[in-house]
Amino acid sequence: MPEKLPLSFPLSLAWLILVISCALFADFLPLPEYDHMDWQNISSPPGSVGEITIYDSSGQEVKKSCRYLLGTDTMGRDIFTRLVFGSRVSLAIGLIAPAIGLLIGGFAGMIAGFFRGKLGGSIMTAMDIILAFPGLVFLLAVTFNFGRSLTSLAVAMGMLTIPAFCRVARANTLKLASRGFVTSARMTGQNEMKILIKEILPNILAPMLSYALFIIAGVIIVEGALSFLSLSVLPPTPSWGGIIVEGKEALEIAPHISLIPACVMFLTVLSFNLIGDALMNRIDEQRRQL
Amino acid sequence: MKQLAKRLLRLAFVLIAVTALTFITLDLLPGDIAEYMTGDESSLEDIEAIREDLGLNKNILVRYGEWLKNAARGDLGKSLRTEQPVAEAILSRLPVTLELIAISLFISLALAVPAGILSAYREGTWIDKTLNCIAFSGSSIPVFIMGILFIYLFALKLSWLPATGYIPLSDGFFANIKTFILPGLSLGLVEWVPLMRVLRTDMIATLKEDYILAARAKGHSAFYILFAHALRPSSFTLITILGLQIGHLISRALIVEMIFALPGIGRLLVNAIYGRDFIIVQGCVIVIAISYVFVNFIVDILYALLDPRIRQENAHA
Repeated sequence: MPEKLPLSFPLSLAWLILVISCALFADFLPLPEYDHMDWQNISSPPGSVGEITIYDSSGQEVKKSCRYLLGTDTMGRDIFTRLVFGSRVSLAIGLIAPAIGLLIGGFAGMIAGFFRGKLGGSIMTAMDIILAFPGLVFLLAVTFNFGRSLTSLAVAMGMLTIPAFCRVARANTLKLASRGFVTSARMTGQNEMKILIKEILPNILAPMLSYALFIIAGVIIVEGALSFLSLSVLPPTPSWGGIIVEGKEALEIAPHISLIPACVMFLTVLSFNLIGDALMNRIDEQRRQL
Repeated sequence: MKQLAKRLLRLAFVLIAVTALTFITLDLLPGDIAEYMTGDESSLEDIEAIREDLGLNKNILVRYGEWLKNAARGDLGKSLRTEQPVAEAILSRLPVTLELIAISLFISLALAVPAGILSAYREGTWIDKTLNCIAFSGSSIPVFIMGILFIYLFALKLSWLPATGYIPLSDGFFANIKTFILPGLSLGLVEWVPLMRVLRTDMIATLKEDYILAARAKGHSAFYILFAHALRPSSFTLITILGLQIGHLISRALIVEMIFALPGIGRLLVNAIYGRDFIIVQGCVIVIAISYVFVNFIVDILYALLDPRIRQENAHA
């Protein structure tokens, strides 16, 4: 009998669904624009009421009062709106980058674990080179050449996740390569590449995918750190790390500007980690029962 | 011995590849260093003169060869902006980064070892669950958020410690340590989690061994058994992970140095990046790469010393 999933699992899932749907439907939510500045309400606390100017269908200026759910930042912009739009950056990079790493790194790792010797050795040396190379310099080179766009950041970060996936894929393949079903497939005279894809791949897919959840969490953290160094997406596009660093200047008088996005980021990273952990445990258990 | 030579060769290869890659990457960056140096109102002749002076007109391979030759002699070139020798700039900042790394390692080990042992010894109880819960939450807090939280709590609200700044060791030991407590904590409180988790897993396996039962039967105290018998055989994975962490700590310390305004290698690198001072960037990259490769080399050797079984095999996992 598989053990029941811990309570944290549905909670994390619910939080992630909330964040993802906010990111998807941000344009349809009744929110002020993310770069609308309300100079009357700078760094105002959560729940305060302000007035924003919008243009109605006939082009007339209309003043409308609105409530800043989570307050405003140092430039009077609504923090909730910026969080919602910022989640797009974190999630897009957090999902695209590991997908790239999983594809390339996973494949390289499978090859390295299955065909050991020269080929496997040179793949692992290549991974060592990537690991020894400071990621920041690489990210910088890419963003200088291709601009600080979402795509170039996601691709660059994806490249940096390759070694991690490669190591895990290799370790998993090594474990499987000596198992009976692989040997018997080999005895039937199947081609090695076919064994790799038909026998090994389906068996390492589940652990690789749950490992990817930890990498997603890691990439979200790295993107946050990059925004923090103002090397991620260009302002005024909001990103979680960016909001946190802007609020750092006002930490003493308006701590909510930094601490609320920090909290949102923490919960998101924690949720990805918890789900990854629960799935990993489930897989381990099934392995043991085999 | 043959193993050792093979590893050394690989080490050298990785280092050369990394520096060559950096050289090419930096060369590919748009914008001409010479133009940055001369400013906006310079004539084409000025720019050309500087290019010639820096040797930028030569083939990239020739330039890399020259850089490598000089680097091997310890000459990493001069900063494009301040004309300070790069090696000197790096050496003057290295102690700050090393002190930060040492303090954060001390904190993370001081947390991870007791917590790992305790939660393995009390596996499945509420102590174990609470410790795991704390560890899990800790690992989900990004370092820069940890830093901001600490600044808010201990510097702004409680005013116990300075928020930013650096006081050199020559101004007194305590004054110096004070500036490192918050940065060290921010880094240590994130880094201890993987260490604790692997120690716990390995420790649980060790505690099931017969010799632990034998030691218990002899009437040794739990404390003695855990530290004298169980810790060493349970610490292999811990050491590997520790090595990986130390190897990456210079890069990880970077963001902490930025938040707390500590004049270390990371800050030097980031400022050189902002200022497009590529010779300094190149110098920092080689220091980071060397430390990463070197630490991993040491870990491999330590591994062999701790576990005689591995001395023969090629343990790369």
